[in-house]
Amino acid sequence: MDGAERRVGERYLLERREFPAFLAALSASGYRVVGPTLRDGAIVYGEIRTESDLPIGWTDRQEAGTYRVVPRGDGALFGYAVGPHSWKKYLFPSRERLWSARAKEGSAGGFEVEPEPAGADPPLAFLGVRACELAAIAIQDRAFTMANDVAYLRRRERILRVAVQCGVAGGTCFCVSMGTGPAAAGGFDLALTELIAPEHHRFLIEVGSPAGAKVLTGVPLAAAPADSAREAEEVVARTARSMGRSMRVEGIRDLLVQNPEHPRWNDVARRCLACTNCTMACPTCFCQTSEEVPELAGGRVERWRRWDSCFTTGFSELHGTAIRKSHLGRYRQWMTHKLATWYDQFGSSGCVGCGRCITWCPVGIDLTVEVEAIRSSPGVRPSEPSPP
Amino acid sequence: MAAPSRPRLGVFKFASCDGCQLTLLDCEEELLPIADRVEIADFREASSAVLGGPFDLALVEGSVTTPADRERIHRIRAESRVLVTIGACATSGGIQALRNFADVEEYRRVVYAHPEYVSTLATSTGIAEHVPVDFELRGCPINKRQLLEVITAFLSGRAPDVPTESVCLECKRRGTVCVLVAHGTPCLGPVTQAGCGALCPAYDRGCYGCFGPQDTPNLPSLSHRLLEIGLEPPTLTRFYRSFNGNAPAFRAAAEDVAGAPGGGTG
Repeated sequence: MDGAERRVGERYLLERREFPAFLAALSASGYRVVGPTLRDGAIVYGEIRTESDLPIGWTDRQEAGTYRVVPRGDGALFGYAVGPHSWKKYLFPSRERLWSARAKEGSAGGFEVEPEPAGADPPLAFLGVRACELAAIAIQDRAFTMANDVAYLRRRERILRVAVQCGVAGGTCFCVSMGTGPAAAGGFDLALTELIAPEHHRFLIEVGSPAGAKVLTGVPLAAAPADSAREAEEVVARTARSMGRSMRVEGIRDLLVQNPEHPRWNDVARRCLACTNCTMACPTCFCQTSEEVPELAGGRVERWRRWDSCFTTGFSELHGTAIRKSHLGRYRQWMTHKLATWYDQFGSSGCVGCGRCITWCPVGIDLTVEVEAIRSSPGVRPSEPSPP
Repeated sequence: MAAPSRPRLGVFKFASCDGCQLTLLDCEEELLPIADRVEIADFREASSAVLGGPFDLALVEGSVTTPADRERIHRIRAESRVLVTIGACATSGGIQALRNFADVEEYRRVVYAHPEYVSTLATSTGIAEHVPVDFELRGCPINKRQLLEVITAFLSGRAPDVPTESVCLECKRRGTVCVLVAHGTPCLGPVTQAGCGALCPAYDRGCYGCFGPQDTPNLPSLSHRLLEIGLEPPTLTRFYRSFNGNAPAFRAAAEDVAGAPGGGTG
C-alpha cells in the first residue's frame, strides 16, 4: 500500500518495526513532534526526535499523592497512564508575553502598543493524546474561544492530534465515570491502538481527518483485517474494567451547589496545603494572572501572563483584600466550580477524570472521596457558618 | 536627568553573610541603569564613598544580634523614607536565629577564648521586630529579578509584584516533576513562598524553605505527610529550623513536631 492515498474513517495496520517511519512522516509533514518521554522519574511531555525518546517498556504506579515509574517487562511504547504534564503547557504556556508598550517621544506623552507578533515556530504534532486529554482540550477550547483568546486560538489551529487508545488505566483514573474515555471516539487526526501479542507487536491506526490522512501517505501500512478492530476494542474495554477510581456524577451539580456548608469542607480544609498543585496539574484549569514588566529606564513595559490558581491568596484579591482567605473557601470554590458550576458556565463538567489532581496532591486529597463523603450525608450543616 | 533630583539609595548590613547585597552587585548589566536613576549615598559593599542620609530608599540586609545594632537600626529608620529589608536574616533572623533555640551563654564560653570581648544578644531577630518596615523581600539569598522589581516599583511609586504564593506554582510552571510525589523526597515547597524560581526541585532536591512561609501555609498537614513517608521527627524539626527557622509558622511547626511523642528536640 506504499504511497497510496489514506482515507478518513479507515483503519490501517502499522508494524512495530515501521514505527520510526511513522515518526519520520510526521516530521516530513512539517510538524515538530512532542509526546511522552521519561525524565526525572516521571513520564512527561517533551520533544520526540526518535522513538528512543519514548518511555519504551515503562509504566507508572499512581495512587493519591504518589507516583512511581516501573518497568513493564515488555516493549510497549505507550504502556502507561497520564503523567504530571498535560498538553495545556503547549496550548496555554505557563508564562507568555501578550504585548508590549513604549512611551512616545516628545511632550505630547502617551504610549504605543506593540502587539505580540505571530510566532514562526513549526506546527506541533501531539503524539499520544489520551481520550481524557482530547476531552480536556475541547473544554479549554470552549473557554478560550469564549474569551476570544487570540494567542491560544492561534496555536490551537496548528496542532495535529495523534491520539493513543489507553491500554492501561492509572490508579487514580476515572474517565469511565466522566464519560470521557478510555476510548477516543473522535476529535483526533489519527488514533493509535497499540496491539501487543507475544509474537506480534503492531499498531492499529484510525484516520480522523484529512490532515491525518495526509501524514500517512508513504508510511508502510497494511489494510486492517476485521479481527484487529475487535482486538483494539478489547484493549480499551480491558482498560475500562480496570479504572483505579470512580465517581458517581448523577445530580452532582445540585449536590455540591446545595451543600456549601457541609462539614466535610472543614475536614478537607485541614488537609489542603493551598499549594495549587491540583490546579496546575489539571488539564482544564485555565486561570491566569498578568504582570507588567517595566524596563528599569522606564521607557518600555511588557505585559506577561502566567498560570495562576484559585488556591492562592492573591487570586481572590479585590480592592486590596482577599475574599477567599481560608483553605475551606478555596477548596470549595475549586471543586464546586470544577464539578458543578462548570455546567452552568460551559455546558459540561470541568473534570475529565484523568486523576492528576489526586496523584499530584502532595497530601493525597482525592476529589472522588470528597464527593462521596458529601453524597453520603447531604444537607448536614455545621453549627458555625464556614469562613470565607 | 539632573543629578540632584535622583532618589538617594542606602544599602546597610546587619548580621548576615553579605549574599543579598551581592545580589545587587550581581545585577551587572542592570547596575548602570540603577546607578543612573538613583544616587548611591551609602553602600559600603560597593563603594567607600559614604555620603550619608537622608535616604529615599534603604535596603537593609541582616538580623539584629548585638546591642549596638539594636540602636543602629533606629537611626537608619529615622533617616529613610522607605525601608525595605532584603533576605531571610533581615526578615526572620536567618540561620543565626538557631541561637533562639539554644543557650547563647554556653556557646560564648565554649567557642571564644575571651568571651568577655563578645557583646551579643540572646536572640537573632528580623528588622521588623525593631522598627516599621515598608516591604520585606524574602530569600536566602534574595532573587535578583525580584530585587530589580522592588527597586523599579519603589522608583515609580507602585506596589512591587512579588507573589506570596507557594513554590509549587514555580515548579509546575517550569514543568519540574514533583520530587515529593514522584520520588518521596521531603520538600518544603508547598509551605514555602515562591521567588527562587523553584531552584532546588529542578535539581532533584527538596525545597529547603529559603524564602520562608507562604502566605497561608498548612504546616500540620505537611508535617503529617512528611512523617508518613518516613521522615524521623528530629530530622523534620531540623528541616524546619534552617534559614527561616525563626519565622513564626516554621518555628511553631518545629515546636509541634518536637513536642509530639518521639519528637525529640532535633
